[in-house]
Amino acid sequence: MPSLSWANGKILATPGVIQIEGSGGGGLVPWAQLAGYATEDEIAISAFCSRANVKNFQLDSCGGQLNLYDRLEVSFARQNFDVEPLSLTLSQNIIGFKLRVYGDLIYSDWPQVSLGMQHKMLNTPEVAYSLNAKEDSGTDIYLAASKLHLGLLAGYNVLWNVATRYTKANEMGLLGFGGPDGDGSLQAEVSVAVLLNKHLAIGTEYRMKPDNLGLQESDWQDLFIAWFPNKYFTVTLAYLDLGSIAAIPEQNGWYLSLSGAY
Amino acid sequence: MFHHSHILCLLLTVLLFACTNNTVEKNVADETHIPYQSEKNNSLYKAIGGQQGIEKLVNVFVKNIANDPDILPYFEKSSVKHFKQGFVEHFCGIVDGPCKYTGDSMVDIHTGMHITEKDFNRVVELLVQSMEEVNISYRNQNKILNKLASLRGQIIKI
Repeated sequence: MPSLSWANGKILATPGVIQIEGSGGGGLVPWAQLAGYATEDEIAISAFCSRANVKNFQLDSCGGQLNLYDRLEVSFARQNFDVEPLSLTLSQNIIGFKLRVYGDLIYSDWPQVSLGMQHKMLNTPEVAYSLNAKEDSGTDIYLAASKLHLGLLAGYNVLWNVATRYTKANEMGLLGFGGPDGDGSLQAEVSVAVLLNKHLAIGTEYRMKPDNLGLQESDWQDLFIAWFPNKYFTVTLAYLDLGSIAAIPEQNGWYLSLSGAY
Repeated sequence: MFHHSHILCLLLTVLLFACTNNTVEKNVADETHIPYQSEKNNSLYKAIGGQQGIEKLVNVFVKNIANDPDILPYFEKSSVKHFKQGFVEHFCGIVDGPCKYTGDSMVDIHTGMHITEKDFNRVVELLVQSMEEVNISYRNQNKILNKLASLRGQIIKI
């Protein structure tokens, strides 16, 4: 039995960052990698806070992750969502689990594959119910596959992740779960990143979302740059295009996320 | 604002490229592992300074290993001279240089060492650090790591 140690066994930047629902990933999309630098005989803990500010809304999200032996990720996040036109704040708590099912991001022949879930509990269900949402809690289940190709693009490393998610959530759950136009569907999410050097990655993400409430809920996308000065700290900056939220169009803006790991 | 369908299309194109290009590279790699191949294919070997460059790299690499308390114990029973000789020959072949590795197989060398994922990655970091010290470009570092990555299964946890 190898001795247990705190995590620094992975190569810098390869675990990615933390996404807005608290799972290891990009900014919007959960990735197959688990949060933190733990390998097979290590444990990692990490924490993050992020702010997304678009035209009429602001989402603050903070939370933490535990990575057990690069096999299981347990996560928690609290989201506060300011709805500026109504001068109110919606909030929800999210508990997540992610199990690495197969592979290694860099070394296995096939991509790394993980199965995850995010259980969401809306603390402020009144707005959701007034928009005809069916429930105030729900569980997303996703399967994510991720691969880093060393030197693929003229010598630069390229990382991609594809996830498919079963979800009932309206605007991630902040507007409840299910509705008159749908009550659970499969959605696709894609991320691509290029590492410019050991410390800097740029990329883009696309996340499909259901439209259960008939409010023309939009897919989400971003362009991001992530900085990994060391294995303990990361900064991510992104430009967001969140489309229409609650039927209010042109929700574009900025995203900043800080995370720390040990 | 981006057009949704365009960016999704772009993402998928990059993915497709990622998949197909990987296959192509693998095929090329298979062909170029023939020893003593023609000069036109050994651009990576030349880019890192040929035989001299590799010798410089191995000296720095050995120094960095010697300074790492977690990794050094794995080399306790190794002869530095033997390691350097084998590394230079093997590395030269891996970067498509005009060499054929004649040493022991990776499996034979590492059997019984029980190298963990963590320590394997630490050695990768030491190699990257060494490549930086001898001014091998980031892009050439990645190309080299890509060629070395397939050896991992013959090195760890045996």
